[in-house]
Amino acid sequence: MYSYQAPRRDMQFVIHEVLGCAQALAKMGRSEVDHDTINAIMEEGAKFAEGVLSPLNAEGDQTPAYWDNGVVRVPDSFKTAHQQFCSGGWSGIGADPQYGGQGLPIQARVATDEMFVSAAMAWRMCTGLTDGAMQTLISHGSAEQIQGTVPHLVSGVWTGTMCLTEPHSGTDLGLMRTRAAVDTQSPGQYRISGTKIYISWGEHELSENIVHLVLAKLPDSPAGTRGISLFLVPKKIDGQANGVRCLSVEHKMGIHGSPTCVMQFDEAKATLIGQVNGGLACMFTMMNHARLGVGLQGLGLSERAWQAASQYARDRLQGRSMTQAALPGTSADPIIVHPDVRRMLLTLRSLTEGSRLLLYYVYQLQDRELSGDSAPESTRAGEWVAFLVPIVKAFLTDSAMETTSLAIQVHGGAGFIRATGVEQYLRDAKITAIYEGTNGIQALDLVGRKLAANGGRILQSLLLELGQVLQAPCPPSLQPLATRLAELLQEWQALSVHLLQAAATNPDELGAAGADYLAFCGYTLLAWSWLRAGLVAEAALQSGQEPEFYAGKVAVARFYAQRLLPRTLAHAAAVRAGAASMMDPAGLAG
Amino acid sequence: MRKILVGIKRVVDYNVRIRVKPDNSGVVLDGVKMSVNPFDEIALEEALRIRERGEAEEIVAVSIGPDDAQQQLRTALAMGADRAILVKHDGMLEPLTVAKTLMAIVSREQPELVILGKQAIDDDNSQATQMLSALWDRPQVTCASKVEIKGNTLSVVREVDAGLETLEVDLPAVISADLRLNEPRYVKLPDIMKAKKKPLDVVEFASLNVATPGQLTATHYEPPKARAKGVMVKDVAELISALKNKGLV
Ligand SMILES: Cc1cc2nc3c(=O)[nH]c(=O)nc-3n(C[C@H](O)[C@H](O)[C@H](O)COP(=O)(O)OP(=O)(O)OC[C@H]3O[C@@H](n4cnc5c(N)ncnc54)[C@H](O)[C@@H]3O)c2cc1C
Repeated sequence: MYSYQAPRRDMQFVIHEVLGCAQALAKMGRSEVDHDTINAIMEEGAKFAEGVLSPLNAEGDQTPAYWDNGVVRVPDSFKTAHQQFCSGGWSGIGADPQYGGQGLPIQARVATDEMFVSAAMAWRMCTGLTDGAMQTLISHGSAEQIQGTVPHLVSGVWTGTMCLTEPHSGTDLGLMRTRAAVDTQSPGQYRISGTKIYISWGEHELSENIVHLVLAKLPDSPAGTRGISLFLVPKKIDGQANGVRCLSVEHKMGIHGSPTCVMQFDEAKATLIGQVNGGLACMFTMMNHARLGVGLQGLGLSERAWQAASQYARDRLQGRSMTQAALPGTSADPIIVHPDVRRMLLTLRSLTEGSRLLLYYVYQLQDRELSGDSAPESTRAGEWVAFLVPIVKAFLTDSAMETTSLAIQVHGGAGFIRATGVEQYLRDAKITAIYEGTNGIQALDLVGRKLAANGGRILQSLLLELGQVLQAPCPPSLQPLATRLAELLQEWQALSVHLLQAAATNPDELGAAGADYLAFCGYTLLAWSWLRAGLVAEAALQSGQEPEFYAGKVAVARFYAQRLLPRTLAHAAAVRAGAASMMDPAGLAG
Repeated sequence: MRKILVGIKRVVDYNVRIRVKPDNSGVVLDGVKMSVNPFDEIALEEALRIRERGEAEEIVAVSIGPDDAQQQLRTALAMGADRAILVKHDGMLEPLTVAKTLMAIVSREQPELVILGKQAIDDDNSQATQMLSALWDRPQVTCASKVEIKGNTLSVVREVDAGLETLEVDLPAVISADLRLNEPRYVKLPDIMKAKKKPLDVVEFASLNVATPGQLTATHYEPPKARAKGVMVKDVAELISALKNKGLV
């Protein structure tokens, strides 16, 4: 069993050295959140993640949440940790001080967010979903709804859920059947009836109350997604039970510590959030937040996989190096000497640290977007975030499937054994490719909506921005990566034009290309991220600091360029091959 | 009690595997994570608990070290110290210099109680408490595992080889914290922000006119020898003879 160690040094590298977050925040008028403050937050968050949260991960996996006569049980330690987390002020880290929060910008909390997810993902989902509910309420709720709930969510005395999915309505929310009716007894109130499934943390005893954000249909509303409204349904109103029950808790592949609930609403009292039939629009506000949050789960799991694999590969003695014994005089070398193990470790490392570079960059853009000013950079940042969200969500979670699988492989048989603790990462990772819009839906969002938006101008401006890094003088060590990146940026442009043209005559072309197009974008964005990181590292090497750390960065950037970037060729070729072969009915007839 | 003074030393974090510089001139500090000495955290935690019980009014954290030690003092302020003093000093510090410097601060601040860690995990000298006691001419108790205040006296349980020993001393006094005295709290996020606004005075070491004895010089550093592999012995007789061969019995 591996305990979690927060990767402070790498986080500081990304936040301070690559992204210059403190300077970016100063420009946004947040100079009080300086370099040392960011580090202090990181350090105290790390202590909490390592000391309190890390043990919960395996405990939740081995003691799954279960249904006990209407009550949902999770390990006691989950509740203690929840209380410690909230009283430590972490539950309100981003919330406006007027609701009792700390109002810290995203760049100052992204590292601790990663740590909490990485240390105990299933446990963290409860406060993560609460964050989402809080943001939706602040953006769309009435003053009364906000005053009545948000301060309780900030303090963690209440938690929140998102109730979308139904048995016959998952991806296709238009098929939803949960009904809302005007409450004839209390004006301005509604009653909700129906069944929601797969509701994470739908019922539990960590908090005194739970507020459910429920999508439902009002009578006479239009068919499909334009007829869906969003409602606030508390588990208890003034201490009295509302008509909400948990019927059962699912048994599942991973995130055992997170109760996945079937929720029954029987004439439950509710209030409307936002406009009648405007439910989906409200959901879209929190979608970017929630999808980046799932990308963060992917990163958090990759980090666990990388930590375990790199540790094991240094300790496990098997076989001899083909060139030079690492431990002469003993019977075997550590497996880290073997090229194939190094392939796996460097794949793990370049995907994990590359994911961090990319995701933290997107969060930096989001800070800019949310800064509230009307500067053109803020608008542009918002457009880039919208474009990058589906890529980050799908690419980082698909990468997590690869990294967590590789971590098991590095462990050999021990990886397959439960007590080693590595197989849990793979089981936990799978859900990240499914919820918050499956990765297939992310790809559709990218090619069908984001790519064509604003006449394709968003990609244009993003490509210009990415090309900036090629203007800097490039040391020989990074030249191959820079050359490849220049080609890839051109190919990205060409591929997009090709795809949109093909789709103009056959709409199936978009869906057929989506996953490969998204993967192409993901690998290219990581190439850009690694070039940025490599340039920073080379400059630091010149000044002679921490040679081992910085030389490591340059070496991983080179590995990424030479051993992972060839994957872009396959994905581009698949995009160009088009839909014909997969839409041929013969292939799946019968 | 009006005031407690707590020592806070900046040391290499306990999780870091210490490495010696290739030229044996010291240990590698470049890029290495630095933290509050764990025993000093315990010392501060005890002071906070005393204050929270209403038995002290003010807690002053003091560090002697480089400018960067301000980070550790900010941690102490975030944990709950009221204010901090950094005595800025670069380079090696020997125990007597530490004690004399602390004495200079004690003279200024006039605390009723000084709590230090029983040792710093970098140099492991474990001498500051004892030396300060002598310089100050006040009682000392080292390795405290339980502290109780009874009016003007202090009842302290300390861990000794034979078990537990309870000592009573008159205040003012200096004590040092052992591992089991308490478990330091996690810092609350809002307190990190508040700590930025608490006073932190920087005092130049030279301005204190502390005579530096210069009794110690570090000639060179080297890592401890790797442990030799253990051997299995058949029985007690073989064990005794093995120990005899090594000249250990
Ligand atoms: C552990 C867990 C926790 C969850 N937590 C929550 C929660 O808290 N709240 C909540 O509301 N929901 C939650 N969900 C539900 C989750 O969001 C859905 O499972 C997910 O959106 C997919 O819906 P579905 O399961 O109905 O799959 P389907 O929609 O049936 O999809 C099946 C497959 O078809 C593909 N597909 C479907 N439609 C299209 C299309 N138009 N084009 C291309 N491909 C398509 C999908 O990509 C997928 O591969 C959770 C699910 C799980 C398993």
